[in-house]
Amino acid sequence: MLDYATLKVIWWGLVGVLLIGFAIMDGHDMGVGTLLPFVGRGDEERRVVINTVGPHWDGNQVWFITGGGAIFAAWPLVYATAFSGFYWAMLAVLWALFFRPVGFDYRSKIHNAAWRSTWDWGLFIGGAVPPLIFGVAFGNLLQGVPFGFNDYLMPHYDGTFWALLNPFALLCGVVSSAMITMHGGVYLAHRTEGAIQRRAVLAAAGAALLMVLGFVAAGLWLRVGGIEGYAVVAMPDMNALPDPLAKTVVRSADAWWRNYQRQPLLWLLPAAGAGLALLAPALAWVGRTLAAFVASSLAMAGVILTAGAAMFPFIMPSSSQPDASLTVWDSVSSRLTLGLMLGATLIFMPLIISYTAWAYRVMRGKVTVAHIRQNSHTAY
Amino acid sequence: MISEQLVDLSRLQFAATAMYHFLFVPLTLGMVWLLVIMETVYVMTGKQVWKDMTRFWGKLFGINFALGVTTGITLEFQFGTNWAYYSHYVGDIFGAPLAIEGLMAFFLESTFIGLFFFGWDRLTKVQHLMVTTLMAVGTNLSALWILIANGWMQNPVGAEFSWQTMRMEMTDFWAIVFNPDAQAKFVHTVSAGYVTGAMFVLSVSSWYLLRGRDVEFAKRSFRVAAAFGLASICSVIVLGDESGYTVGEAQQTKMAAIEAMWETEPAPASFNLIAGINEAAQKNDWALEIPYVMGLIGTRSLSKEIPGIHDIKARNRERILNGITAVIALETLRRHREDPVARQVLEATKGDLGFGLLLKKYTSDVRQATPEMIERAVNDTVPRVSPMFWSFRLMVGLGFAMLLLFGLAFWSTLKRDGIGARPWLLRWAIVMLPAPWIACELGWFVAEYGRQPWTIYGVLPTHLSVSTLSVGSLYGSLAGFVGFYTVLLIVEVYLMLKFARQGPGSLGTGRYMNEPAHA
Repeated sequence: MLDYATLKVIWWGLVGVLLIGFAIMDGHDMGVGTLLPFVGRGDEERRVVINTVGPHWDGNQVWFITGGGAIFAAWPLVYATAFSGFYWAMLAVLWALFFRPVGFDYRSKIHNAAWRSTWDWGLFIGGAVPPLIFGVAFGNLLQGVPFGFNDYLMPHYDGTFWALLNPFALLCGVVSSAMITMHGGVYLAHRTEGAIQRRAVLAAAGAALLMVLGFVAAGLWLRVGGIEGYAVVAMPDMNALPDPLAKTVVRSADAWWRNYQRQPLLWLLPAAGAGLALLAPALAWVGRTLAAFVASSLAMAGVILTAGAAMFPFIMPSSSQPDASLTVWDSVSSRLTLGLMLGATLIFMPLIISYTAWAYRVMRGKVTVAHIRQNSHTAY
Repeated sequence: MISEQLVDLSRLQFAATAMYHFLFVPLTLGMVWLLVIMETVYVMTGKQVWKDMTRFWGKLFGINFALGVTTGITLEFQFGTNWAYYSHYVGDIFGAPLAIEGLMAFFLESTFIGLFFFGWDRLTKVQHLMVTTLMAVGTNLSALWILIANGWMQNPVGAEFSWQTMRMEMTDFWAIVFNPDAQAKFVHTVSAGYVTGAMFVLSVSSWYLLRGRDVEFAKRSFRVAAAFGLASICSVIVLGDESGYTVGEAQQTKMAAIEAMWETEPAPASFNLIAGINEAAQKNDWALEIPYVMGLIGTRSLSKEIPGIHDIKARNRERILNGITAVIALETLRRHREDPVARQVLEATKGDLGFGLLLKKYTSDVRQATPEMIERAVNDTVPRVSPMFWSFRLMVGLGFAMLLLFGLAFWSTLKRDGIGARPWLLRWAIVMLPAPWIACELGWFVAEYGRQPWTIYGVLPTHLSVSTLSVGSLYGSLAGFVGFYTVLLIVEVYLMLKFARQGPGSLGTGRYMNEPAHA
C-alpha cells in the first residue's frame, strides 16, 4: 500500500496529466475555434475548418469536465476555494463554453449567412475565452490570491474580479492563448490542405513566436520584476491529516526559483516549452504535420510543468493569509478516496486513450471542400 | 452569519439550472435506446428505411444532446462556484462519483457520439451499431454515477465526520455505490427517460400519420415507440413504488410530507388520495382516504407503523438538543485539539451534529440558541407539505395517463393495419407530448425540495452549504443564466420543430416528402 504522502504527490502528478491532456486534446479544438474566422474564408472553407474537429470536440471537452471532477474528488478545498473565489472568471469560462455544443451542432443546419456567421463567432468565443482566462488564473496563482478560512474551514475570497486582471496575469493569459492558438494551427495544418493549410501554418508560427516571447518575459518578470513567491517554513508531517491552517508560510523573492536551484534538470522543462514551440510550426511548414502536432503537444506540457515545478508544493497560495495557502499536503481528500480514484484513473485512462485513438483513426485524412459538398446534409 | 437572501438566490439558481438541464437529459437517455433498436433492425434485416429512421431520429437526438452537454457543465461548475462549503464538506465522498462518471461514462458517450454522426461511411454496419450501443451505455452509466451521487445526498451511507479535517470522509465506497436509494433512483430515473424518448417518437410519428405523410417510416417508428414506451412506463410505475419504499426507510420526513400525514396512524396506514391541507394549523381539514395502501407502499408490511409529521418533529427536537452539545464540543476541539472531554462528547453525539448545525441559520453561537430559535429549527426539518403533496399526485396522475396511452398504442400495433386506424389515438398521443417532461420535473422537485432543509440529509444544512458571495453577484449570474438559457431554448425548439416538420426528407435521400431545395 502507498503511504498518504506518496498518494498526495501522485495526485499532484495526475492533476498535471489531466491538465496537459486537456491542453493537448481540448486545446487543439479550442485553437481551431480561435482561428476559425481568420483561416476559413467563405462558408465552405469554414465548414472544412469546423469539420476537422467535428467528430472529436465533444469527447475532447470531457478532458476539461473530468479534470474538474478529479480536482473536486482529490482536492476538494481547491475546487471550493478557486471556483467560488474566481466566481466571475469561472462563469465567463462557462458561458463561453455554451457556444461550443450549439455552435458545432446547429451552425450548418440552417442556410443563412447571418446565422452561420453568428455561430462562427460563437465558436471563436468558445475557443478563445477559456484558454485566456485559464492563463490569467495561472498568473494570479503565481502571485497568490487573497483568500482565507474561518474556524469551520469555510473559504472566503477577499479580492475583486478586477484585481485578477493585473498586468502580470494578463501576460500569462496571452501566453496561454498563444499556446492554444499555435496548437490549433498545427492541428489544422495536419487535417487540411491548400490555402487553409498555408494560413494555419502561418498563424501557428506567429502564435508560437508570441508564446515564446511572452513565456520568457513572464519568467524575467518573476525573476527581477519583484513578484514574490511562497515557501513553507514549518509544517506538520507530510503524512498528517490535511489541515490547511497548520503550517507556516513566508513570502520571498526567490521562492519560486528554489526548486530549480535544488534540481537543475528542471530547466529542461522551460527549454522544451520554448524550443519545441518554435520547432512545431517549422515542422508543419516542411510538411511533417504529425511530428509538428507532437512537438506542439510536448511544448505545452513543458510550459505547464514549468509553472507547476516552480510552485510545488503550492497549488493556490494565499496573499492575504499565507499560512492558509493550499498545498498538495493539506488540501487533499482522505487516503481512501485518493487511493480509490487512483485505481479508477489507472483502469479507465488507458481505455479512454485507446478508443479516442481509434476514433481519430477512423476519421483520419484531410478534410476538403469536395468532402463538404458531398456531405452537405450531414457534415457540420 | 450567512444572509438568507444569498442562500435563497443560490438555491434558486441551482434549481433553475438543474431543472433546465433536465429538460434535455431524459430525452437523451430514452432516445438513444430507440436508436439502438432501430439500427439493430437495420443491421439484421438490411432494410434501408430502418437506417433512415436511425439517422433521422438521430438528427433530432443530436439537437437535444447539444443542449444537454451545454447545460450539464453548469451543474458541475456550480458545486464549486456557488456551493463552496458543500464542496469542501462532502467533496471527499461526492467528488468521487462525479469524477468516475467522467472517466467511465462521459468520455465514452462523447467520443462515440462523434462517430455515430460522422462514421456512417467509414465503419462497417456492425461497427457502427457497436458505436451506437456504446454511446447508449455511456449515457446510461452517466446517469448511474450522477444518481449515486444524488442518492448519497438523500441517504448518506458509507461516510463519517472527521473533526480534524472538518468534513465528511469516505469509509466504505461500495456502501455508497450500492446505496438502496441510489439504485432505486437510478432505475426510476432512467425509466422515466425511456418514457420521454418513447413519447417523443410516438407523438411526432402520430403527427405524420395524421397527415398521411411518410407513412411507412412513421408506422415503423410508432411501433417501436409504443412497445418501448409501454415497457418503460410499467417500469417507472413499479420502480417508482420501489423509490417510495426506500424513501420510507431513509427519509420518512419526505414521505410524511408527500402524504400529508400529520399524525402517526396505527399500521397499516391509509393513503390520502386528495386532501385539504391546512399548513398553518398543521393538519388536513378533510381527506379522501384509501385504507391500508400507504402502509403497504411505505413499509411493505401490514404491521409496521409509519411516523407522522408531528412525531418526526418531536424526534428531531431531541436530535437538535443533542446536536447543540455536538457543535459545542466540535468548536472546543477546533481550538483545543487535545481536549479529551470534548473528544469524548463529540464522539458520543456526532450523529446529531448536522441537527445542531441547523441552528446556525439563527445564531452563529449555538450556546445562545433561544427556545424560540430551537422551535423554528424544528419546524424547518419538515418541508412545506402542500407543494410536495400536489406535485407528487400530479406526477403519478401523468404516469397513469401515459400508461393508458402506451397501452392503447401498443394494442393498436398488434392488429393488422391497426396503427393509425384511430385518429383520436393519434391526436391524444400528440397532446400528451409534454406529459413526460412535466412528470420528470415534478419528480426532481419532489426529490430535492423534499430533502430540505438539508443538502446532505441529516448531515449538512442547505444554508451552510453556500459560497460566501455577495448578493449582487448572485443577481448578476442569475440574470446571465436566464438570458443565455432563454435564447438557447428558443433556438433549440425552433430547430426541433423545423426538422420534425420537415421529417425524414431532411436527410436528403430522395425517398421522402419535403426534400430540401438545396443540393
